[in-house]
Amino acid sequence: MSTSNATFAPAGPTGSEIHWNVLEDEGVAFVFGYPVAAVVPILDQLHLRHRRGRETLVNRMAAVPSYVACRTTPNERNRSMTDNAKNKPSSLAGKNGSEILHHVLKEEAVDTLFGYPGGAVLPIMDELYDSPIQFVLTRHEQGACHMADGYARSTGKVGCCLATSGPGATNLVTGLLTAMMDSIPMVAITGQVPSSLIGNDAFQEADTTGVTRPVTKHNVLVKDVNNLGRVVREAFHIARSGRPGPVLVDIAKDATVNIPDGEPDLNIGLPGYKPRGGRGNERQVKLAAETINAAERPVLYVGGGAILSGASEALRAVAHKGGIPTTTTLLGMGAFDETDPLSLRMLGMHGTAYANYAVQTSDCLISVGARFDDRVTGELGMFAPNATIIHIDIDPSSISKNVTVGIPLVGDAAAILEQMLPHIEEKPRQAWHQQIDEWKQTYPLSWTPGEEGRIKPQQVIETLGKMTDHDAIVATGVGQHQMWAAQFYGWTRPRQMLTSGGLGTMGYGVPSAIGAQFGNPGKLVVDIDGDGSYTMTMVEVITAVRYQQPVKFIVLDNDYLGMVRQWQQLFYDRRYSAVDHPCPDFCTIAKGYGAESIRIEHADEVDDGIQQAIKSDGPFVLHVRVEKEENVFPMVAAGKALDEMIHSELI
Amino acid sequence: MKKHVINAIVENQPGVLAHVAGMFAARGYNIDSLVVGRTEDPDLSRMTIVVKGDDPILEQVRKQLEKLVTTVRVRDFKNVDYVERDLLLIRVHARADKRPEIVALADLFRGRIVDVSRSSVMIELSGTEDKLEAFIDLVRPYGISELARTGLIAMPRGKTSADRDE
Ligand SMILES: Cc1ncc(C[n+]2csc(CCOP(=O)(O)OP(=O)(O)O)c2C)c(N)n1
Ligand SMILES: [Mg+2]
Repeated sequence: MSTSNATFAPAGPTGSEIHWNVLEDEGVAFVFGYPVAAVVPILDQLHLRHRRGRETLVNRMAAVPSYVACRTTPNERNRSMTDNAKNKPSSLAGKNGSEILHHVLKEEAVDTLFGYPGGAVLPIMDELYDSPIQFVLTRHEQGACHMADGYARSTGKVGCCLATSGPGATNLVTGLLTAMMDSIPMVAITGQVPSSLIGNDAFQEADTTGVTRPVTKHNVLVKDVNNLGRVVREAFHIARSGRPGPVLVDIAKDATVNIPDGEPDLNIGLPGYKPRGGRGNERQVKLAAETINAAERPVLYVGGGAILSGASEALRAVAHKGGIPTTTTLLGMGAFDETDPLSLRMLGMHGTAYANYAVQTSDCLISVGARFDDRVTGELGMFAPNATIIHIDIDPSSISKNVTVGIPLVGDAAAILEQMLPHIEEKPRQAWHQQIDEWKQTYPLSWTPGEEGRIKPQQVIETLGKMTDHDAIVATGVGQHQMWAAQFYGWTRPRQMLTSGGLGTMGYGVPSAIGAQFGNPGKLVVDIDGDGSYTMTMVEVITAVRYQQPVKFIVLDNDYLGMVRQWQQLFYDRRYSAVDHPCPDFCTIAKGYGAESIRIEHADEVDDGIQQAIKSDGPFVLHVRVEKEENVFPMVAAGKALDEMIHSELI
Repeated sequence: MKKHVINAIVENQPGVLAHVAGMFAARGYNIDSLVVGRTEDPDLSRMTIVVKGDDPILEQVRKQLEKLVTTVRVRDFKNVDYVERDLLLIRVHARADKRPEIVALADLFRGRIVDVSRSSVMIELSGTEDKLEAFIDLVRPYGISELARTGLIAMPRGKTSADRDE
């Protein structure tokens, strides 16, 4: 590489400048990319160079691969399957690997398998040919993985997906990590080249267990048919127990056709796997209750773990008995009914002002299945400065990972809250409630109607909430529309919101909504999507059409990668670098896919548009042209404490 | 930053080392050494891991190790009396006239001469890391042509009440 960049760059080039200098020196003429918050400084430099008219770099379109995972949940349903399995006399002698796999999937009560075929899974596909398990052929493996995820999140069962070796398997990666970050139970099955070829760079060989190790709870390569049945059963057990997560089983092709020696052993081994769960340490629970009873300003801070453990009932009971205001994270939406007077709605970067003030003022913060993510805490050193922290979590490694915890309680959230309930004293806590009511009145979540009849995205979501009785299953993409959905839908019950919280995976909305519809026939399932996120996976609308899954896709189209644009507006002086996102005619595309579709552009069309979508019998794409430069508020900027919010555009 | 010694008993299966090493890399933990070997049970291996960091880091490392599905048991030696050993093979330049000095040094450290050539000797030495480092410093002036160490293995001393498996 030449050193000419020294003359190019002013004294002390930044990392972003060096980045572009090096590309230029290397003669790079095109950069294909997609913006995320982490590359905004780099994009900013690019913008500057465009303006200087000296750069040779042309930013073109986006191509970010994403792949999928599935999630499952509560142990009840699955426990009964396992019992089921125990009672059944085994009749697997003489059966080949594919038959054994099929047997175990049925035993685990898998009714829907989302996937995509290929050479390495041909024997499995043949076995599934006349299976009672419905195989849903998606249009991309990422779609299959997110569908399994949406199925799992909405039903509480283990989601299941299948892909072939090589590109099929690598296409699952984004979906697996999406499920991993949000602790969603899923089993992914991938084909692998025959064991004799592994390591030889065979056609469509990928080191799948190597690639997916950091994106799964566990993964295993099966080369020997004698282990196949046992490993698949273990995968289901691991996926749903303890802190749930995705498990991948990679099966060499020969193991799917070979026949084991004698009766295969299906008993779960796993000597080292001791998932936590159940009740907490009694003395700790009492200590926690005493601390809560002594507190003047307690707050319950509730995450996705509460939903995974089915803790909503117990949570409501504890909150009501103790008069404890309750806030939820993005993944915890619906764990606590937002129409409850004790609800503070969402906290964090785009949480309500009253939730954030309450947390910062609190003297006792009770975390239920939440993990103190940086989008929730703001600047960690200034988070809940006056509070004793009680942390209920099933994963011991979550405790004291980000904040120092006063009273740790390891176990199942529902079990621990039930255990705690009798020790909680009834307290009026009038002063605290009065303070919170004042905040609620001074800083309500709000939006102003659009000018000249333009549609505000918040209007669409609020209307949808009312028209669906706050009871639909709602998936989202990632971006501004996701935050508005969290703020304005009005969540009333667990397993209602499907959103990629931990990974923030654009493109999650379309397939996860379809997966949820498969798991909840007859229920209303809506995808609130952004134009960018929707574009990433809209091809799966074909899957919804083909399998007659009547999902309603609402695309809030602002012609922008809005969330990144918002950051560029607020923190980079309105230098919009690679965020304008002119959209195609979504209606025509949807109709080409075979879905019904209409476009609305005026505020007075919103009610009718949503009504039409809900009333229609099949999949429906509602293309909504919304205000382009609307921002999400309140907002806690990176590095700020939770109570240092930007309340609105005016301030 | 303190040095911590951790023992993990893991399933003796392909891929287990990758799980452990990958977890350390992904979480950004600093490992000084990681030694894997068989145990008395053919289904299990013992990993001895030396990490640098303060107590909260040690705590996280221990919990993250326990979380791996193939890890059977983890023990950190923070409050435990234990024996540690590192094994060294070192080839030192030694013409005939210097050889007696080097052999005497090796004797002093209870090392063994395992190979001799016209211009060098190879010494095998085991002990604590400090002892090995002291020896290496002493022979450095003669010229070290090659050096290999196994990394630390460790085991707690005979059980006392303060020293129970978790
Ligand atoms: C796969 C992926 N790539 C990039 C990002 C970074 N990112 C976060 S929000 C966002 C913009 C989303 O645009 P859109 O879906 O139109 O939603 P809007 O913010 O406009 O509502 C981007 C690019 C991401 N979260 N996921
Ligand atoms: Mg947009």
